[in-house]
Amino acid sequence: MRKRLMVTPDTVPRLPTHVRLQFDELRGKWVVLAPEKVLWPDEISVDILKRCDGKDPARDIVNGLAQEYAADRSEIEADVIEFIQDWSDKRLLTCEV
Amino acid sequence: MPAPGPPIGMLAELTYRCPLQCPYCSNPIDLLKANRELDTGTWLEIFAQAADLGILQVHLSGGEPTLRRDLEDIVAALSKRAVYTNLITAGVNLDGQRIGALAAAGLDHVQISFQGASAEVTELIGKYKNGFEKKLQTARLVREARLPLTVNAPIHRHNIHQVADFIDLALQLDADRLEIANVQYYGWAYLNRAALLPALADVERQVEIVEAARENLKGILNIDFVTPDYYADYPKPCMGGWAQDAFVVIPDGTMLPCHAAQTITSLEFDNLVDKPLAEIWQSSSAFEKYRGFDWMHEPCRSCPRKELDHGGCRCQAFAVTGDAAATDPACILSPHHDALRQVAEAAVAEKSTEFSYRRI
Ligand code: SF4
Ligand code: SF4
Repeated sequence: MRKRLMVTPDTVPRLPTHVRLQFDELRGKWVVLAPEKVLWPDEISVDILKRCDGKDPARDIVNGLAQEYAADRSEIEADVIEFIQDWSDKRLLTCEV
Repeated sequence: MPAPGPPIGMLAELTYRCPLQCPYCSNPIDLLKANRELDTGTWLEIFAQAADLGILQVHLSGGEPTLRRDLEDIVAALSKRAVYTNLITAGVNLDGQRIGALAAAGLDHVQISFQGASAEVTELIGKYKNGFEKKLQTARLVREARLPLTVNAPIHRHNIHQVADFIDLALQLDADRLEIANVQYYGWAYLNRAALLPALADVERQVEIVEAARENLKGILNIDFVTPDYYADYPKPCMGGWAQDAFVVIPDGTMLPCHAAQTITSLEFDNLVDKPLAEIWQSSSAFEKYRGFDWMHEPCRSCPRKELDHGGCRCQAFAVTGDAAATDPACILSPHHDALRQVAEAAVAEKSTEFSYRRI
């Protein structure tokens, strides 16, 4: 049986094929389409999701975001990991270790 | 009233034909009325208009949508417009080739209904020979085609004791989601209320099982729980509000604000064969009637919960009180609330198993 995945800095997250992040031209915002769900992630969430490409571990995602927002990585790491855990728990992100 | 924003979701009931005869079906009792089906070209035109208007998700349903041979063309056209497609099927007439073709056309997600978690109950409710085996087979083929799967379990008196089994079944089938959906009493389900309503004790046990499973299966299985109205204190929200986020198109092209809207016999509905979709969405009388909050009476009008639940379900209000603008009787503040509870209690005491099976 499947197990709940506990996200660490080594976890490599990606959007599963049936969860789509796309830009909605009509409304001018990013949208996530998933089974029976339509979500409107905020700007930072979109930035995280775009980096969940199945190649970079969470650690690198944090580094990238820290650079982009000129923030201290230690300040944002916990939030990013928590976000990935939350989305993984909702089965909106697939994670590999 | 301000003009409505663009809708997000669309339920397309492609056909009322169905190999099953579930007595809980929410389709209208008078199925013959809208039995005339649109041709492929008309559906494709409707979907193009829906995508132009801003639709992001289409639920392909029925009856049994896979009885339409043009389903692949419909999925392909929607997929080309980046619209998310969800197939809602009974799963008894699909082989691997068809599922492969639908996946290749760009189908995003499949939902299979299970009338029971065992062969006996599935057959009792669906009246379809070997239905359970076929559904299991279809579910496996769906996963082999790498499509995500939702197991939909419509719950009533005859399968409420199987809730734990439904959870096991969903896990065993590698489903992404499980819907424990207590039947909502419209259409055939309303006609069969006496034979379907569950007992309060069973409902309470069900809530415990589902809540525990949700906690234990976090990150493993998503469980959506549609709670039963007849024992509730507050109503479920009416979609995102009447004619706010979504609409329905039935087999003959009639456009509805919700799938049970035709049970409100005081409303008149437009057909997409005669009028553009955007016009019906924006200004047809049936869509305007209960949009927003202006139509509300007390106790809803001054209630702080109205933004949350939009006064509950218009169809249930009409079915039980005869007034579609009344407070949903599932609400504890409705003067009809006790009567609703009594209907459930009387039904349970009567122990009727006389179903009127769905048929055209
Ligand atoms: S509820 Fe049953 S009879 Fe009604 S459309 Fe679904 S599968 Fe067919
Ligand atoms: S009175 Fe109306 S708005 Fe208030 S909780 Fe009941 S149904 Fe909802």
